[in-house]
Amino acid sequence: MKLLVCIKQVPDLESRFKPAADGLWFDENDLAWRLNEYDEYAVEQAVQLKEQLGGEAELTVLSIGPDRVVEAIKKALAMGADKAVHVQDIAAHQKDPWQIASTIAAYAGEQGFDLIFTGMQSQDRGSAQVGVLVAELLGLASATTLVGFSYADGVVQAKRELEGGMKGLVNLRLPALVTCQLGLNTPRYPTLPNIMKAKKKEIRPIPVAELLREEPLAPTTSFYAPARKGGGLVLEGEPSETALKLVNILKEKTAVLR
Amino acid sequence: MKALLVCEVREGKLLDSSYELMTFADRLGAEKVAVLVGSEGTAPQFDGRVYLVDAATLGEYNPAAHKAAVLAAVAKEEPDYVVLCHSSYGWDLAPRVAAALKVGQVTEIVAIADGGFEVGCCNAKMRRQVKPAGARAVLTVQAGAFAAAPPQGAPRIEQLEVSADGQGLTFKGYEPAEAKAVDLARAEIIVSAGRGIGKKDNVAVIEALAKAFGGELGASRPVVDAGWVDHSRQVGTTGQTVSPKLYVACGISGAIQHLAGMKKSDFVVAINKDKDAPIGEVADVLVVADVLQFAPVLTAALQK
Repeated sequence: MKLLVCIKQVPDLESRFKPAADGLWFDENDLAWRLNEYDEYAVEQAVQLKEQLGGEAELTVLSIGPDRVVEAIKKALAMGADKAVHVQDIAAHQKDPWQIASTIAAYAGEQGFDLIFTGMQSQDRGSAQVGVLVAELLGLASATTLVGFSYADGVVQAKRELEGGMKGLVNLRLPALVTCQLGLNTPRYPTLPNIMKAKKKEIRPIPVAELLREEPLAPTTSFYAPARKGGGLVLEGEPSETALKLVNILKEKTAVLR
Repeated sequence: MKALLVCEVREGKLLDSSYELMTFADRLGAEKVAVLVGSEGTAPQFDGRVYLVDAATLGEYNPAAHKAAVLAAVAKEEPDYVVLCHSSYGWDLAPRVAAALKVGQVTEIVAIADGGFEVGCCNAKMRRQVKPAGARAVLTVQAGAFAAAPPQGAPRIEQLEVSADGQGLTFKGYEPAEAKAVDLARAEIIVSAGRGIGKKDNVAVIEALAKAFGGELGASRPVVDAGWVDHSRQVGTTGQTVSPKLYVACGISGAIQHLAGMKKSDFVVAINKDKDAPIGEVADVLVVADVLQFAPVLTAALQK
């Protein structure tokens, strides 16, 4: 069985963001990069399925972006993916979800994957479109926001997370695509031997121009910090003093402390 | 301008969020037309047309069939915008409709801007403005960003016949929410732990603070997913929605899903190292501090 997992490298979300000179995305200086958290769950689920299937499965990881995304690819390889595709694009951040999905579909369409995994969204852009768009472009069954996954005999049994703790149960006949939600599994930490093994695995570079034929359908026109409503009081300084101030405020403004 | 509003029915009931779509369309100044897969009793109450597709034949979650229903309504109405809630239903269905129409989608709109739409990004720290390239677009609207319009008026219902197979997907049913071990909805004081507490061992620090306040321990999603705190204590759209007199957010940055679950709290205190964290937007008091250093000091101050 041929498996694909699509991943994105994102900045640490604890970072402070400021607009880049073009005013359309963030300035990349001083940012630390990591594997998109939702995609970690996708990689883990794909690796678990590969382990369940034994020798008959091959897992490919794909990422689009500049050279730095190879670090995220290496992490997925160290987690257990077999080989990788790096779609080289120094301007990936300017592409809209339609263009990203079209690029992935152009690659995946030729390969005939049985099952594709993605995160349900990226942590930075959060458009939550790419996975489903890839499935639609390839004519695959798909389900989003998985918090439960099992596979047997060509059918994925999936549990979708709905609102308020409710779940939706669906079966997907392969070929299919699933998008993964936080909490689906426990992503493994790559071990040192697996990190060493990953260094020998193939990362195939493909220039984005070989795959992308589409213009953006929903372009970003500006990027900025939201206007602060402010209003709230900000307390800073020595913890013991701040704590006393806070207790006094709570006594004054709320009925819960007397 | 015309907006086709895709309403959601779950377990035979129209979801209230459908009325948020009405407000959004009014804000756009658009004529409203609704489409839903449901029954006559589930149509939204407003003075406009409703395309009704029979849920008995199509089912409540069958994305290929629901996509076909929306596309049938689009063909009849030629709307400028197809609008859905950014919910588990909306974010699943919207890209399917967008792909079929080959139009752009704007996800999780929080505001309408000049000729475009504002969406949050980078954990709500930043915003983008997006302008769809073509004349038509698919939009999803952030829950709670546009207050629900009151139901009023009588819709003119038109039945739509749609047939579609499941495109390889079969809906097997719903699994109800687990019985809640802790009913946070009734708590007067909630002290919640977020990712900022760093590790499981530190939950005790926040528990001690909750106890000093005489309140319940809550948690944000990452803390629950990591297995540090039981799911029954999760506050947010996929956990519990709470409205205590006092909410203390400890090391919680304020993801949209968390804010949606706690913003009805009377008084909010946030303890966070990051002065710019989105939780600051809803906090009455923001204490800029390392929560692991500050919480024990506050606990001691409360015990005096």
